[in-house]
Amino acid sequence: MVHSSIRTNVLIIVFLTLFPISLACANDYSSARKTMLNEIQLDVKRTGFLTGKESLDVQVANAINKVPRHLFVRPGDEKYAYENRPLRIGYGQTISQPYIVAIMTELLNVKADDKVLEIGTGSGYQAAILSVLAKNVFTIEIIEPLAKQARTRLSRMKFDNVQVRLADGYYGWQEEAPFDAIIVTAAATHIPTPLLEQLKPGGKMIIPVGGQFFTQQLMLIEKLNDGTVSTRQILPVSFVPLTGAH
Amino acid sequence: MWLRGQNINTPPLLAIFLISSLTLAYEVLLTRLLSIIQWHHFAYMIISIALLGYGASGSYLTVFQNSLIKSFNRNFIINICLFSLSSIVCFLLAQQLPFNPLELFWDDTQWLWLLCLYFLLILPFFFSANCIGLVFLCYKNKINGAYAADLCGAALGALVIIVFLYWLFPLDILRIIVTAGGVLVTFMVIRQKLNRKVLVLGFVTISFPWVLPNAWLQLNSSEYKPLNQTRQIIDVRVVNEKNGPLGLVSVVESPTIPFRYAPGLSLTNLVEPAKQLAMFSDGDGMSTITQFNGDVSTLSYLGNMTSALPYKIQKEPSVLILGASGGADVLQALYHSAKTIEAVELNKQVVALVKNEYSDFSGDIYNRDDVHIHVAEARSFLETTDQRYDLIQMALMDSYAASSAGLYALNESYLYTVEAMTLYLQRLTDNGVLALTRWIKLPPRDTLKLLATAKQSLWERGISNPERHIALIRSWNTATLLIKRNPLSVSDIQNIIKFCRVHSFDVAYHPNISEHDTNRHNILPQRYYFEGAKAILSSQAEQYFDHYKYDLRPATDDKPYFFNFLKWEFLPEIVNLPANQGLSLIEWGSIVLVLTLFQALFASLLFILLPLWFYYRRQNNKTTTGHLKLFIICYFTLLGAAFMFIEIAFIQKFILFLSHPTYAIAVVLTGFLFSAGIGSLTSKRWSMLRSIQISISGICICIVIYLAFLSNIFQWLISVNEIGKIILSLLIIFPLAFFMGIPFPLGLNLLGKKSPSTIPWAWGINGCASVVSAIAATLVALNFGFTIVIVMALVFYLLSGLLFLRNYSH
Repeated sequence: MVHSSIRTNVLIIVFLTLFPISLACANDYSSARKTMLNEIQLDVKRTGFLTGKESLDVQVANAINKVPRHLFVRPGDEKYAYENRPLRIGYGQTISQPYIVAIMTELLNVKADDKVLEIGTGSGYQAAILSVLAKNVFTIEIIEPLAKQARTRLSRMKFDNVQVRLADGYYGWQEEAPFDAIIVTAAATHIPTPLLEQLKPGGKMIIPVGGQFFTQQLMLIEKLNDGTVSTRQILPVSFVPLTGAH
Repeated sequence: MWLRGQNINTPPLLAIFLISSLTLAYEVLLTRLLSIIQWHHFAYMIISIALLGYGASGSYLTVFQNSLIKSFNRNFIINICLFSLSSIVCFLLAQQLPFNPLELFWDDTQWLWLLCLYFLLILPFFFSANCIGLVFLCYKNKINGAYAADLCGAALGALVIIVFLYWLFPLDILRIIVTAGGVLVTFMVIRQKLNRKVLVLGFVTISFPWVLPNAWLQLNSSEYKPLNQTRQIIDVRVVNEKNGPLGLVSVVESPTIPFRYAPGLSLTNLVEPAKQLAMFSDGDGMSTITQFNGDVSTLSYLGNMTSALPYKIQKEPSVLILGASGGADVLQALYHSAKTIEAVELNKQVVALVKNEYSDFSGDIYNRDDVHIHVAEARSFLETTDQRYDLIQMALMDSYAASSAGLYALNESYLYTVEAMTLYLQRLTDNGVLALTRWIKLPPRDTLKLLATAKQSLWERGISNPERHIALIRSWNTATLLIKRNPLSVSDIQNIIKFCRVHSFDVAYHPNISEHDTNRHNILPQRYYFEGAKAILSSQAEQYFDHYKYDLRPATDDKPYFFNFLKWEFLPEIVNLPANQGLSLIEWGSIVLVLTLFQALFASLLFILLPLWFYYRRQNNKTTTGHLKLFIICYFTLLGAAFMFIEIAFIQKFILFLSHPTYAIAVVLTGFLFSAGIGSLTSKRWSMLRSIQISISGICICIVIYLAFLSNIFQWLISVNEIGKIILSLLIIFPLAFFMGIPFPLGLNLLGKKSPSTIPWAWGINGCASVVSAIAATLVALNFGFTIVIVMALVFYLLSGLLFLRNYSH
């Protein structure tokens, strides 16, 4: 009896000690996420000519504020998770800079009953953001360990409206097509025709172009109601005009 | 006691010769190894790393010279061992560092890893330089011979490594270098009649690289290199590798997820690209070998790319393809019923792969009767042929990744200069077309710079209306520039417009274009290409160049840095963009160069000048007057700078003649070092006064002659074969380098008479100046051209001559 009461007391003490610590950590990440969001909002304002808006859509901002980016980075990198920078996730891939994620999400203009396709799951962070906004997210990854990790991670975090598939993204996800929005983060030299076919009229596709650590431009593709496609190439930088003031 | 041995009155010249040859072979090998595991512009830093090791050695020898001289045999042999062992150990360790250059501006710890990398890579050169410096210290009266052995050995090393790179993989060569060092130790033990027990050192060194586990002896390249990223995909595997001085070529198959490499493919394309094998050079620069069964209808997607444009205005042309690589452009030409196809590819390993191992897969395209493949450099090929073509096609000769990160900014390229463009136009038939396809970069730079270069070339051909000869179209990721020898006809323009309409490409410029015709399908925030083309082709071009935030002025053979777009005055604006947005706008090559310069300066101060300063302060050396100290600093700095300026300028100049940087580096280094060694040896016969007079006069005369006639000499000799060019290059370099080999040992001889203890200090200062100058020379060339670099070197030599004469008379 004495042993069990001592054990109980120890457990209580441990719990009471750890709970504030975990709460403190959670609060730290939460506050870091808010700081990151504020930083992103400032950048969005500076590049307002891209979206035609002075700030992120409220839903997009809420999604970024909700999704714990620190749970999508490698163990040990959590302290960098809310810096506005890309981070390595292994296998030659990165988790994108939060500002770029925000801009792309903003440009896709996802609605609550939308079906979204992502080619290039990576860490699953972008899919998680999209899942907060959309009804369903279908994401394809060609690197097996990354696909498995993302699937496990998203399931553990209860992003239940995300399906992860290890497959060739070129053909999209035929059985769930068409999609209201498609995001293609996997590098490609051309835009696969099947993906264009799986985009709904009125839908948008976005492709970040550049290396792992630099996004040179964003390619926004819009499918018009008559099925034709127009593209817009966007520099996600506030670097205009191109000629200096002499 | 066991390392005392026999006293020898003559320096161990053969040992110096061999250690120098091993060191320079290692230096060139390291550039290859770093190109494979990282990117080639970091390999560029090897020159200054090697010189830093030499300079640090000078400090070390100065501070500890008394004890080092007493045990010459021991220290000489131990340093050979340490050089050999550290050459492999330090590289293997350096590979393990988590250094990622792509994160330099995101993660401050990367700078620390870069410094660690420097430190590890400096060590072998430090040990090797100790050997040579010790000989200079111990044999002060025989410096000329020792210096000559040093230079000649280095010359041989540079040449031999190129030959080895044809036959062996880089890590195997590294093992040989370590083993050769062990053999040298064994040789020295026998020569110096040392205790046989010391032979253990030799045997350990010889066997060390062969007993290391194979798992340790693998190249560990960056996970961000395209080859490694590709290997992460399920079922991807490397099926073939071929090594050569131009790169390690890897052939990769992906049976589950096809490559589908088709840059610039139209949004309206419905045909999936054919099955492909990927080829990477040093893990980068992906190209493909396409499966072809002889039926051109399977290649229809090749007609839906921007690079297919010239075939819309040329029916069944005779085609010359520059940079043929795996043959995709050849297939495109076959698809468009080209009459004849000649293809030029620099890398013989690539050609061999397509012709031999993958002849079946590729449909034997390089063995067809209507396709003639030439292993040659593009400009050399065109200089030596009188043939004229309806179409000259140059498509995507650089990888997107390296191109987009501006990693080529340091690269001289003689393919995109005004002189090159003029040559291409000369080799066109009267109605012929030159087509250049490049990756789109935003904001636009290369394509507009090419357009400016085309205009300049047309002008120099006497064409007063270049704007009638040019058209430009783009997809979302490629742009194709068309330059016609005759003005574009009305039907040409209609065909261009139709091609773009069908494939949803944008016409950026043609002679009759109006603004509302542009920016329709792949919409940019501004009509950059149209506005740029109009401005460049107008009389307002200079104002446009002045105001544009990137450098668009054409490159020339004197300043062949086409990929250098950076304008320094806009760098602060770019750097201050928030969230590192500016990183994608910066041309990294130039930044890397400047950062390397600062690093080299810092490291030089730390490793070379600071220890020496402390030492001489402690010594309070009264025999060395202030006047002499000033002489030492100025004379040896000027010599170090002058030698490197000339060497770097000649390497760049000879790249055009010898076709590739690797050959140019090896041949120029060999020529300079060997000839300077002969010069050093010959000058022993003359008095000091006569030596300095002859050398400085000879240098000045040679430089003037080269400035006046070198380009013409290259022109006359361009058609000579590879071996002939190498021999001729060595002969051309000999006179100048002969005279350049005299001033340095002359200065050391002077110090040997006046203040022998300052010899290592002079060696260190020269090393420091060489380190900084290796980088400074490229910076000067980037901004002002090679002629200025060579003129500056001439001035440095004149000043050093005057200094010597002044000090000699004292």
